[in-house]
Amino acid sequence: MTEINAKDGAYNYAYLDEQTKRMIRRAILKAVAVPGYQVPFGGREMPLPYGWGTGGIQVTAAIIGQDDTLKVIDQGADDTTNAVSIRRFFARVADVATTTRTKEATIIQTRHRVPETPLGEGQILVFQVPIPEPLRMLEPRETETRTLHALSEYGVMQVSLYESIARHGRIAKTYNYPVMVNGRYIMSPSPIPKFDNPKLDRSPALQLYGAGREKRIYAVPPHTPVKSLDFDDHPFEIETWEQCCALCGSRESFLDEMIVDDDGQRLFVCSDTDYCERRRDTAEAAE
Amino acid sequence: MSDLSQLAPGLADPPHDAQRIFRAILDAVSHPGRIVSLPAAPAGPGRLSPAAAAYLLTLADRDTPVCLAEEFDHPAVRDFLRFHAGSPIVEDRGEAAFGVLAANTPQPLEGFNLGTDAYPDRSATLLVEVPALSDGLVQQWRGPGIDVRATVAIAGLPEDFWTEWAANHGLFPCGVDVVFTAGTELCALPRSIAVEV
Repeated sequence: MTEINAKDGAYNYAYLDEQTKRMIRRAILKAVAVPGYQVPFGGREMPLPYGWGTGGIQVTAAIIGQDDTLKVIDQGADDTTNAVSIRRFFARVADVATTTRTKEATIIQTRHRVPETPLGEGQILVFQVPIPEPLRMLEPRETETRTLHALSEYGVMQVSLYESIARHGRIAKTYNYPVMVNGRYIMSPSPIPKFDNPKLDRSPALQLYGAGREKRIYAVPPHTPVKSLDFDDHPFEIETWEQCCALCGSRESFLDEMIVDDDGQRLFVCSDTDYCERRRDTAEAAE
Repeated sequence: MSDLSQLAPGLADPPHDAQRIFRAILDAVSHPGRIVSLPAAPAGPGRLSPAAAAYLLTLADRDTPVCLAEEFDHPAVRDFLRFHAGSPIVEDRGEAAFGVLAANTPQPLEGFNLGTDAYPDRSATLLVEVPALSDGLVQQWRGPGIDVRATVAIAGLPEDFWTEWAANHGLFPCGVDVVFTAGTELCALPRSIAVEV
């Protein structure tokens, strides 16, 4: 993989102007002070379309510095288009070191996955969020959802989960599974698989969420309780697989299903490419 | 405007200094009770500490009115904030996005913007200058960002401060956020934190 690492002096450091960074930084601090609450911010036009991580990029641009090491993943992979282009963008405008190793990164920007390798104290996980409002599909009016959050009136969400049980016999939602943050705000964890939800709970890393189109920033500070919504008789459960990863043999990671030939032969591999590579390296070294 | 040659200097390298200072502040706010040292903090004007000066240069601008308590309401401080940050200086606490208070300022939290239930992010942030961030009354802090509890001993605050703090915490998600500053160090107390002696 070739990466452009030359700094581009035609832009202010980290692309955004200082006034914008201050505004985003103030929003981030308020978001951390009120965990799970969506802070409106003046989202800027970014050099890529909405849906490609404009919110996450603005959050990363506001926090990143020359001492940081940046990792970017898209559905767990370091080598897909979105991840590669965002990593190159920051190498170019922020003169920052990049890595694919979860343990080495100080900032990890992610689209729709949480790394399998447990995150540590001092790391910051930046999520790209398409629809920050967890109640949006149940109540389209912003004025109403804002009032529901203000009053902590979340019956409509419990009803929707109950309806899912009534229709399917279980809570059928598999991604973007709603969570309760610190017992106060219902939050969208972004479209991560529900497999990743337990990793958000009391994580030692700081979680920042940026939604570019909807212009919202929210956060979960370290060690904060994040509970996936459920019922006593239908407790929250994560996905399981009968197969293990075809490459590294892991039974603990989130697996992607791949069709490998015209006969519909399938195999399952880790979605987290760094985790899978590290396991294979360790296995090889042991041989 | 007084003599420009008397003006205290701002950040030497604004994009990078502000970034480093912000990350230190973010570390403090996401780990309440942790004492964080600010890199590249400039010497503050008047009685403003380097930490408070660095905080305001990093986060205040023309969109954020600043309200100064009596101790800091000095031409050197006003000129410093107007020149480097462009912040309006306001008398009315209710209009301020940032407040700068002394440890013994009477009714410290009274009158500042608490935000609303629908927009709790619109509340003020108060910088409280204290003599030291340790050596004070030992307290246990609990809440988001803290693993079980943090032992903190901010010095120089009267009992009234903590009475007002308990009321402020009770307003969650509304309420002001506090940052204690001393020398080049700071320690954050967001509204989400419960304080026990």
